[in-house]
Amino acid sequence: MGSSRTIFYFVLLTLVLAGFWTIPVSAQGPTPTDDEVNRIAKQLYCPVCESTPLDVCPTEACRQWRDLIRSMLAEGRSEEEIEQYFVEHYGARVLAEPPNRLATYLVPAVAILLGAFMLFRGFRMWMKPSITEAGAADAPPEPEQDPYIAKLEEELRKQK
Amino acid sequence: MTDTSPPAPRRGVPLWAQIIIWVFLVGLLAIVALGLRRAQQGTVQPGQAIDNFTLPLYSGYELDGKSEIQFDDLRGKVVVINFWASWCKPCEQEAAELQQAWTEYEPTGEVLFLGADYVDTEPEARVYLKKFGVTYPNGPDLATRISQYFRIKGVPETYFIDKEGVLQYVQIGPFTSLEQIRAQIDTLLE
Repeated sequence: MGSSRTIFYFVLLTLVLAGFWTIPVSAQGPTPTDDEVNRIAKQLYCPVCESTPLDVCPTEACRQWRDLIRSMLAEGRSEEEIEQYFVEHYGARVLAEPPNRLATYLVPAVAILLGAFMLFRGFRMWMKPSITEAGAADAPPEPEQDPYIAKLEEELRKQK
Repeated sequence: MTDTSPPAPRRGVPLWAQIIIWVFLVGLLAIVALGLRRAQQGTVQPGQAIDNFTLPLYSGYELDGKSEIQFDDLRGKVVVINFWASWCKPCEQEAAELQQAWTEYEPTGEVLFLGADYVDTEPEARVYLKKFGVTYPNGPDLATRISQYFRIKGVPETYFIDKEGVLQYVQIGPFTSLEQIRAQIDTLLE
């Protein structure tokens, strides 16, 4: 009887201690790893450096932004939410890829097509006179109509 | 035998299409030219009237209990806008002087200092403000809209705007003394 009571108290004490040990951990949540932080950081660019992705940027400012990503991940925010936060606070220029707007892709494509068309047209106009001139120079002179041939053609027409 | 029919008319691009193409190309060139011109311009120049902008404020740094400032509501006051960031070391050189100047001019009610926190994180910004004992209204320059309007080249930069909302002086880089700040404000108060 006494030994079973001892076991009961021992198990109870163990559970209580285990509860104290786990409560703070569950409240804090898992700390995001450097890889998890860098996975998002490399899709963002340092807002104050020239063309430097956030994951490799060595400045103090970039370290602060990586810490910000880490704390947001720890809060359970998604990748999209973090990117949205960065765009709202630092502008769309922090994105590695431009926002998915129609004009972003349409304007360059149309400009390239128009440019190619204008070049093609200009090139053709530039070439045409020289071809005509060259053709006119190289072509044999048109022979004068031979009266004998003219008579022959007329006879042939009559026979038809 | 010989083909005497008139030559087929040349098929070309219709006139309306040519006009559209040229208008589009000229428009595109104009946009590029404007962008280049803007990129080469410096900060906004003294004498320019400043348009309205909104500056949200960090909690604890509000103005009369308001959590954001509309610039147009500040007419009648000399406004000193300081662009700064917690990661900016030169900003630390002038932080104490700016706060000292604010302490001197706040009681007059004629001058308002504003801190526009440029691409910063709020926790570090708060540490910075606490470290230098800054008490004047401060907030983040969201999406760098205000700094783009002023076309700042870096931080720190400080803009002095008169009571009519016209920019009168631009300080590029940190102030080296309290006297420098006083001199600009006193000129605008005269």
